[in-house]
Amino acid sequence: MHEYFSRLNRFLSQPLDLSPRLMIAAAALLLCAIYLFPLWNLTMFAPQYPEGLRLDIYSYKLEGGNHGQDVKEINILNHYIGMRDLIADDFTEFKWLPFVVGAIALLYLRAMVLGTVGHVLDVLVLNLYFSAFALWSFGYKMYLYGHTLAPTAAVKVPPFMPPMFGYKQLANFEVYSYPQAASYAMGLSTLLIAGAFIVAWRQAGRRRADAA
Amino acid sequence: MNWIRSRSAAWTVMAVVALALFASRCAPSAPKGAQKAAAGSSDIAVAAQKTYVAPGDLDEYYFFASGGHSGQVYVYGVPSMRHLATIPVFTPYPATGYGFDDDTKKMLGNLTWGDVHHPALSETNGDYDGRWLFVNEMNGRVARIDLRDFKTRQILGPIPNVSGNHGSAFVTPNSEYSMMASRFSIPIPKGTPGAISTYATDYKGVITGIKIDPKSGELSFGWQVLMPPFNYDLGDAGKKASNGYMFFTSYNTERATGKLEVTSTQRDRDYIAMVDWKMAEKLAAEGKGTLIGGVKVLNPKDYPGLVFFIPCGKSPHGVDVAPDGNWIVGSGKLQGVTTVFNFEKIQTAIRNKDFTGDEDGIPVLKYESVKDAEVPVGLGPLHTQFGPDGYAYTSLFVDSAVAKWKLGTWEVVDKIPMSYSIGHLTAAEGDTVSPDGKYLIGLNKLSHGRHLSVGPSQPESSQLVDISDEKMKLLYDAFTEPEPHYAQMIKADKLHPIEVYPKEENKHPYAIWDVKDAGVTRNGNKVLVKMVAVRSTFTPTDFEVKEGDEVTIALTNIEQTTDELHGLGLLDYNINVVVDPGETKTVTFKAKRGTFPYYCTNFCSALHQEMQGYMIVR
Repeated sequence: MHEYFSRLNRFLSQPLDLSPRLMIAAAALLLCAIYLFPLWNLTMFAPQYPEGLRLDIYSYKLEGGNHGQDVKEINILNHYIGMRDLIADDFTEFKWLPFVVGAIALLYLRAMVLGTVGHVLDVLVLNLYFSAFALWSFGYKMYLYGHTLAPTAAVKVPPFMPPMFGYKQLANFEVYSYPQAASYAMGLSTLLIAGAFIVAWRQAGRRRADAA
Repeated sequence: MNWIRSRSAAWTVMAVVALALFASRCAPSAPKGAQKAAAGSSDIAVAAQKTYVAPGDLDEYYFFASGGHSGQVYVYGVPSMRHLATIPVFTPYPATGYGFDDDTKKMLGNLTWGDVHHPALSETNGDYDGRWLFVNEMNGRVARIDLRDFKTRQILGPIPNVSGNHGSAFVTPNSEYSMMASRFSIPIPKGTPGAISTYATDYKGVITGIKIDPKSGELSFGWQVLMPPFNYDLGDAGKKASNGYMFFTSYNTERATGKLEVTSTQRDRDYIAMVDWKMAEKLAAEGKGTLIGGVKVLNPKDYPGLVFFIPCGKSPHGVDVAPDGNWIVGSGKLQGVTTVFNFEKIQTAIRNKDFTGDEDGIPVLKYESVKDAEVPVGLGPLHTQFGPDGYAYTSLFVDSAVAKWKLGTWEVVDKIPMSYSIGHLTAAEGDTVSPDGKYLIGLNKLSHGRHLSVGPSQPESSQLVDISDEKMKLLYDAFTEPEPHYAQMIKADKLHPIEVYPKEENKHPYAIWDVKDAGVTRNGNKVLVKMVAVRSTFTPTDFEVKEGDEVTIALTNIEQTTDELHGLGLLDYNINVVVDPGETKTVTFKAKRGTFPYYCTNFCSALHQEMQGYMIVR
């Protein structure tokens, strides 16, 4: 047992070569995409809306298509079925998300500088946890909005789950939900951290083989 | 370097590729139900296809037709010939609430009718620029329609001294002026009773230049010229070579009274008046002229060169200037030819004082010196429009046809029957310096038998003709409301109307944008109700006032989505206004005792029937 843990600790304290460090740096840079690009997009078509209504979800705001008019239009339509209005103030995520992701990026850079396999494992776990939480949070928000319909709504619809990925028909609307640049960047960032870990592991293994 | 070749790098690359494939799946740009159309052959099929605008597709041209004595302007699409909209101008139109809200009621004044004759699109360098549409009406008024929102924004008039503003609203090539010419000569100023026996000497015609502000399009009085008591009929502005001159036809140069159909048709030739409007502008700026009826009127006798008369047979109706400005076509409605005058020859005749006499001091040019041709188009020529290739198209009322002829060679190449009795005609951009050709519409006076019978009161007929080939082809019979006198056809892509009034543009003092700001404020017996309309509620949903109060409801439609109109009908008060997205309108009335519902009259949403309120008057 003790033998195992010493080997583990030795492994984790292995230094990182250049390539994993570069991958970590790239991963940190990619996280900054959330400050510039939308995370997710919902596009809705209906016979009366052939040009579509668009909603872009950023880490710090909601933006409707057609110079912001679309989100107002979506809210006007939603009030008939009793769905809560989409207003920025209701989304606390917009307050802490940019800060938290910035902190994570800094932790990546810290891992890169302190440069051991253990540090990469650290930020990898953090990344996976955060990504899972973000996806869950998004899904839960969608669920909440689709299930807490006002009982006084003029038109009664059964509670529904808006699509998180792909296409779904909701009443007269074809709804398309897809990730956008910032989400892809975050996904790629996760892959880079994972990749950095794998590369570091193999490099550590080769070093041990060489030494032996 | 190692890492390029390492397996984990390969994994990363594959992951990126997978991601890229993943990323290429995103929202489509159009709904699932997008369609396309197919083709056909045969003659009728060809005509059908040329006029068929498939569902969802748009027409090529806007066709703005005057509404005649209906007082409105009608908007059609060409080639489908579908009536798209009615722009109310001189007559109340509850469908869009025109004439019911305070602003438009004020614009109409105390007239609820106007006889709209000739629409004129604003021009820059002799070409349509899509900014404004000007229309005249017989009570001496001119209106400006803003083509940004297709609304009547200004009505100017009645202008002093003008009686029966027929020869109007023709514009100059850079929209400097919109012209007016009197059909009826009267002793001026208005309000002067004159014995009919003094017609030849004491009755006067007037030609007025209405100034157009180059930035806002705002109309204002420019200048006025005193004319002999002829009936001034139609006009066209000189362009290019003849820019600076305005041409008007006239009839009853006999100065006759009584049974005009006999007495005013005796002379072989009447006149085309040629007015140097740049000179008139200069004289007006210098303050010249005699004050009559509150405006300065210039007498051409005192200003040689201001007006000339060109003899034209016989009781000429239309005068139309060719695209290069060098030929002026005068159509005498009581003969079988249309006369073409040469502008260079006119200038030479003026220089050489080649006159045959004068009318009230205005020189009359020698006919033979200025005429280039008498084109044998057919009986009863009225108006001429032009194509891009040197072709001219003249309407023939008596022959009930359109003749196609060539400028320069004066050869008549084709004739197509019109059903029936064509008046005006309009070719695509046909009165500009660069006509498009392609389409021509005959504005006919009689439509009997061409449509399902609708009783004695028959609609008008507008026939669409294909003029793209040498031989003209009739494509379509359309039926319009009474009664287009003239029209303007402009390429659709020259217009860019808005469909929503942006919130930032609404400067109305009573506009509100939040339901929180709606409510009632009182100032003595004047009550102001600020109301908001948005799907599907009026706020306030009810309010109370006192009997005898002067109530103003200021309604703002806070929608910013296209086509989201809301109407406000107040029963028992004869009030119905329609407010466009982003617009604010006011209605003012005296409150009478009772409980009165108000409701949304313009269908707006699934809960349109629930959009109502109550006004309680104690």
